[in-house]
Amino acid sequence: MRSMRWRGLVNAFWTVICGLGVVFAVVPLASLLWLVVSRGAAGLTPSFFVSLPAPVGEPGGGVGNAIAGTFLLVGLASVVALPVGIGAGVFLAEKGDGKAGALVRFTTEVLSGVPSIVVGIVAYGLAVVPMKRFSALAGGLALALLMVPTLARATEEFVRLVPRALREASLALGVPAWRTSLLVVLRTAAGGIITAVLLAVARAAGETAPLLFTSLNNQYWNFRPDQPTASLTVQIFNYAISPYEDWHAKAWTAALVLLILVGGLNLLARILARNKMMEGSR
Amino acid sequence: MTPAPESAVRDNLEPAEAKVERPAARSSASSSPVLPARPAVAPPRPGTPSSTVAGEQPKLTIEHLNAWYGSNHALHDVSLVVPPRSVTAAIGPSGCGKSTFLRCLNRMHELVPGGRAEGKLLLDGKDLLGREVDPVVLRRRVGMVFQRPNPFPTMSVRDNVAAGLKLNGAKGSHDEIVERTLRQAALWDEVKDRLDASALSLSGGQQQRLCIARALAVEPEVLLMDEPASALDPIATAKIEDLIHELKAKYTIVIVTHNMQQAARVSDQTAFFYMGDLVEVGPTERIFTNPDQQRTEDYVTGKFG
Repeated sequence: MRSMRWRGLVNAFWTVICGLGVVFAVVPLASLLWLVVSRGAAGLTPSFFVSLPAPVGEPGGGVGNAIAGTFLLVGLASVVALPVGIGAGVFLAEKGDGKAGALVRFTTEVLSGVPSIVVGIVAYGLAVVPMKRFSALAGGLALALLMVPTLARATEEFVRLVPRALREASLALGVPAWRTSLLVVLRTAAGGIITAVLLAVARAAGETAPLLFTSLNNQYWNFRPDQPTASLTVQIFNYAISPYEDWHAKAWTAALVLLILVGGLNLLARILARNKMMEGSR
Repeated sequence: MTPAPESAVRDNLEPAEAKVERPAARSSASSSPVLPARPAVAPPRPGTPSSTVAGEQPKLTIEHLNAWYGSNHALHDVSLVVPPRSVTAAIGPSGCGKSTFLRCLNRMHELVPGGRAEGKLLLDGKDLLGREVDPVVLRRRVGMVFQRPNPFPTMSVRDNVAAGLKLNGAKGSHDEIVERTLRQAALWDEVKDRLDASALSLSGGQQQRLCIARALAVEPEVLLMDEPASALDPIATAKIEDLIHELKAKYTIVIVTHNMQQAARVSDQTAFFYMGDLVEVGPTERIFTNPDQQRTEDYVTGKFG
């Protein structure tokens, strides 16, 4: 048997290694936050949230239309992706043991592995080419294609967590299977599914590549699904690759806005998930 | 099965075992070297009322019921009759088919992939295994209480009781039914001040009585209970057993239990299952004091199981 001293040394060594791991994980996140906040906070005025972009050299201006555009795009994507994704997830959990289930599961796996730029090209082919114009609809379609697989898998996980006993309790009361799935199983899994929806929405809101040639961009307000639309991510991209100093500053501020938006959604999802967990452990 | 509580049954059985000198002329091949042989008796013929309650049309008539889970033949040729407003207990060791038998009675066996049943299952004389019978409608007539209390965690006490109505789309206030069934389930006094609390805030025994109230709210005729007290402490168990006694006045009850004393206390008729066979069915007192079959005697005296 080795001495206590040796064991103490081994313990200290691994504690340091683990500590370093934590530092390497936290430092990039902290520096990213610091960089975005320090460079972006200066431009963060109320008017930045509601104004249209100003031309180069002009003071003021904002990303109001891009924020609205992001909400429009994510909203359109959600309208398509939520029913499809959640429906597929419920199907996989309840009836997914057969061949059809295996096919759907395989499809969602493949779809979740497709790079987002490829999804953008698909949406371009499906929506932009036939409509002969860039549109919010095409962008929403691209985002929806990205949301469906994650939603389906997460919904399946949460629906599978619903105890069999609850299904049986409902069925034994003479409640038809479809009402049981909808009113008992989905309702019991609702907390988890809402968390999954928020995370999927947050992820979609942060996508740039699939929007570049679908929703394109727009210097003005747009609330029509059939028109090109600005979005925070594409706006940040355009500002960042421009040669102008004041646009660079705006890119940082817009990035901060996007971070707040996405971070807020993630935080909300975590709070909901925690409440759900506490509810379950009571 | 723990040996300790069995002393009560053993004591009960003293007189039976004293009848050792009974003529063993018709002793069967299954005689054991330890216990005196009993005359082998053929299983009850289909349609023959096996209960002491005579003259009434049986609530449930089971004839040659076989059940499978995939290729596993879980229940072999079971025939028995359940009289109305009586308690029938199904006893037997784990995996003996008693739960499968119970689940066939409201076609819950179909929920397990590969689960199927053949034979005749008559409810008031009508076959309930028929293809034209909607299991959803059947389950409103034949309710079920499960081994572990399973109230709906997202619903209040009140909504749990009314769940069978609400989930089927019945609108409006169900307060009257909620109060009546909670009283029937001997739970009203304990929960009347917290009907809007989460069902999970109740104790295990209260949750199980809530589940009984929930089953009663859809006004079934038959109540199936799958080891309803096995997850409960002795006091809560006693309450459930008292409740079964009261419910018998109105409902036909079939209860599966691991606990032989419980079967002896609550039932009028006892069916002993072993390895998927219905070994013996008869009036509870006889099954526990003077069974026909050696295997039944060995089981109720605690020789195995």
